[in-house]
Amino acid sequence: MRGASAKWLSVYAVAYMLFLYAPVVLLPLFAFNDATVVAFPLSSFTTDWFTVLWQTEALHDAVRNSLLVAVAAAVLSTVLGASAARAAARYRFPGKAPAMGFIMLPLVLPEILVAVALLVPIIQLGLSLSLWTVIAGHVLICMPFSVAILGSAFQGLDISLEEASLDLGESRRGTFRRVILPLVMPGVISSLLICFTISLDEFMIAFFLTGTDVTLPVYIWSQLRFPTKLPSIMALGTILLVLSVVLLVLAEWFRRRAARRQGLEASATGGLM
Amino acid sequence: MGLKLDTEARRGLLLLSPTAGYALVMLAAPLVMIVTFSFWTQNYLDIDTTPTLHNYREAWSRPIYRVLMFRSLRISLIVTLATVLLAFPIAYFVSFHVRRRKALWLFLITVPFWTSYLIRVFLWKVILGFNGVLNTALLEVGLIDEPLTFILYNSNAVVLTLAHAWAPFAILPIFVALEKIDRSLLEAAEDLGDGPMRRFFRITLPLAMPGVIAATLIVLIPTMGDFITPRLVGGTEGLMIANMIQVQFSRANNAPLGAALAVSSMLIVGVISLVICLVGRKLGGRVR
Repeated sequence: MRGASAKWLSVYAVAYMLFLYAPVVLLPLFAFNDATVVAFPLSSFTTDWFTVLWQTEALHDAVRNSLLVAVAAAVLSTVLGASAARAAARYRFPGKAPAMGFIMLPLVLPEILVAVALLVPIIQLGLSLSLWTVIAGHVLICMPFSVAILGSAFQGLDISLEEASLDLGESRRGTFRRVILPLVMPGVISSLLICFTISLDEFMIAFFLTGTDVTLPVYIWSQLRFPTKLPSIMALGTILLVLSVVLLVLAEWFRRRAARRQGLEASATGGLM
Repeated sequence: MGLKLDTEARRGLLLLSPTAGYALVMLAAPLVMIVTFSFWTQNYLDIDTTPTLHNYREAWSRPIYRVLMFRSLRISLIVTLATVLLAFPIAYFVSFHVRRRKALWLFLITVPFWTSYLIRVFLWKVILGFNGVLNTALLEVGLIDEPLTFILYNSNAVVLTLAHAWAPFAILPIFVALEKIDRSLLEAAEDLGDGPMRRFFRITLPLAMPGVIAATLIVLIPTMGDFITPRLVGGTEGLMIANMIQVQFSRANNAPLGAALAVSSMLIVGVISLVICLVGRKLGGRVR
């Protein structure tokens, strides 16, 4: 009985993985396919669609905007996330649970609500939409992720290291810079990479809050309407997939290094949950 | 304030204040504002700030909004049910049957979801379309004589695409809950004569319930607010309330009505989430 159910579960697992990967495996197929329609059967191999990307000026602007937004959002949300995670891990104070709960709230709010909620005051105050408004929105949805990642980094910190440093005459600032920061550094880098990746792919908030400068997902959305642009969008998707996977592997590697430095077992899910 | 805070509490609050402040200014204030805004009315280019229930009356009584609201709710609930039911066995498999390479499995599960969401949804259109991958394959094999048309541009396509898009968000919480189960409880049940089925329903499932509830809410709430998937694969029959909210904020230029629709749909989802939480807490958490 046990053997049979285990076998069925494995079959199910493989079938499920095929379902998960079904759309993604098509990306490179169509990206290198020498045809203007995105459909089977495939014709010959080409790298033309990548050349098209190389020559599209509007795309380059969108990439530049997205990089600016993603870097700014990653840095700001990591700094804000680190300060909240450190406060929660190290100190006891009244109102901690509700405050932390509120900071984590964007995780369960639909993005459209976050987007329109930010849009309304911006219109009402007569502010103009720009990349800064997009950054402000992205920081909000990235913060919970950096709090989660850095929370585990700060919690693993042995308080006696900090006390030893203070006893030995190091100042608070010096202790933070020379003892605490190096220990949580891998967590910081992991948080930066995750937030960067989230911001780079975020569409809904960027769609509502972007002005004339569009981010990459907003650009992709505008291109999906034109059938002739589709093969090059497939090529773009392939590049983005490879880039995201590289960033994620790096983030995971840094997170494990952080855990190892603190002498903890690297748990399987800590980084993503 | 009569409250006396010691040094530690003051340090903690000081350290938390930038982040909490950001959340207050950028989230709490806008949420209050959008609720206020939903009681105002749009007068061509001006906003009339006299509070009125006009938008809500419109949102709750006009057939089009009612239809969209119910359809969104139906689709979101079906998506949630499908996603969680499909995700549970895979989370169970990784937690109980994979011995050494758990992290690798979890990594492989999340990889497809780090490509652009838009492109992923669009690829489902490529798969399900008239000349799509699925139809071509089925025609080739000879299972069908002409392309299937009921698989794209309707709510089925929306359900399938969303169930795919939210898969890891359902798998991960359930996996974490399953990992936390003390394995000796399962052995105890077996020793005391429970068969595998009985053991699963009396021990594993109740203890995994917090994860199942988390997965349900994580999928249900955001799918209610998605307008990309309905727009790309839903056709006209698969449009959802978020599409209407988006239209009100852009082309229809009636942002207060859009705000009322957004607040209404969030209220409905909020109430349903609360019910799910309460029912789930009753069903799970303790071993029977």
